[in-house]
Amino acid sequence: MTSGADDNSTQAPIWSSGVILAVIAAVCTTLVALTYSLTEARIAANDRAWLEQSLQPALTGVVYDNNLLGSTLVIPLPHELPGNEPILVYRALLGNTPVAALFVVSALDGFSGPIKLLIGIDDTGAITAVRVLKHRETPGLGDFIDSSKSDWIDQFEQKSLSAPDRALWALRRDGGKLDQVTGASITSRAVVKAVKETLLYFEANRETVFAMHNSDTTDAAE
Amino acid sequence: MSATRKPMAALRKALWDENPGLVALLGLCPLLAVTSTFVNGLGLGIATILVLTCSNMLVSASRKWLRPEIRIPIYVLIIASLVTCVELLFSAYFPALDRSLGIFIPLIVTNCAIIARAEIFASKNPVTPSIIDGIGMGAGFALLLCTIGAFRELVGQGTILSRLDMFIGGDPIAGFLVFDSGFLLAILPPGAFFSLALAVAAKNTIDRRRKRAAGFRLSI
Repeated sequence: MTSGADDNSTQAPIWSSGVILAVIAAVCTTLVALTYSLTEARIAANDRAWLEQSLQPALTGVVYDNNLLGSTLVIPLPHELPGNEPILVYRALLGNTPVAALFVVSALDGFSGPIKLLIGIDDTGAITAVRVLKHRETPGLGDFIDSSKSDWIDQFEQKSLSAPDRALWALRRDGGKLDQVTGASITSRAVVKAVKETLLYFEANRETVFAMHNSDTTDAAE
Repeated sequence: MSATRKPMAALRKALWDENPGLVALLGLCPLLAVTSTFVNGLGLGIATILVLTCSNMLVSASRKWLRPEIRIPIYVLIIASLVTCVELLFSAYFPALDRSLGIFIPLIVTNCAIIARAEIFASKNPVTPSIIDGIGMGAGFALLLCTIGAFRELVGQGTILSRLDMFIGGDPIAGFLVFDSGFLLAILPPGAFFSLALAVAAKNTIDRRRKRAAGFRLSI
């Protein structure tokens, strides 16, 4: 192999192999940590820009006149929304009346990693649109949730807890009214569940979500 | 190794004679999956060159400590960390491309061309030739990705260089429209297999012609 570079290689003690592995692992970890700290801020800024770019398309059919970025609300943990982080909500206003809310939630029970969703709900409790912001589902199998890959995600538009009835908010194979994609029911189920939970939360906490006094521009300015 | 002395010969070998995609047929999964457009192919190609060059460099630099029983974990460690770094860099500097390539950047880890070069070449050669080998083999793979990407894009949707904005930034670019309404099959997965088969066949034909030409010259 390495042409006699290691002199006592015939019977090297096992602990020295362990030491070598540990040293290389430490070097590699340092490399990743350095790259991470170098790129962290830029990645966060990119994610934010992508989110802000997705807001308007998620409000199909809603007439509003405020700056969405200026009317946000952060729902701290613990909450009943999908995801294990504080939830960011954008509110659309017409004049001073709230007309819709956009929730940034994460479905945690997808096939691989969290599925970050942007869910728009209008003041009647009907969905304006659902968009996937980030996911790690299998290409060609679970990535149908991405609106650029298929129109599956459009089925949520105009649906609410009364149409179809909340008991039927499940995949067809689970006895519900929503389409699944064959071979990817875990992904489908995770998205449907997250959307349903968000609708339930909105129904129960409408007043809090639309309450204007704790929203202000300083919130979002950061 | 002749490659240690002649970097140009090594490059030629990597780009053509022993091209990891065309000849060794390694790393087919990303090759077939992401080459729906030229820009996607170029993006994954650049990521692969980066990972392959750095992994060859690191493996070669640590070759004195590579023992047979721990060499595979070491390759895995090195390649996995490099891929993580490249993924972070892509999502920081080319976010649109990162979204478009999705999970295929992390999946570079599983590209057997990379671990193959670590085992076959970098673990037995000094750092400089290993870097040259990494650049060459990476470029050979990238070139194939770009060729197949450009071909499928042209046939499938009739454009060239669509979504170039994912690299250079700015507004979405639709690309140059060559003709309307492409042949959709080229974009779909079977199109990837057909395109690769055409590329391999083309290479073999060129090689055979050359060999025959050389044979004639000898007989005269």
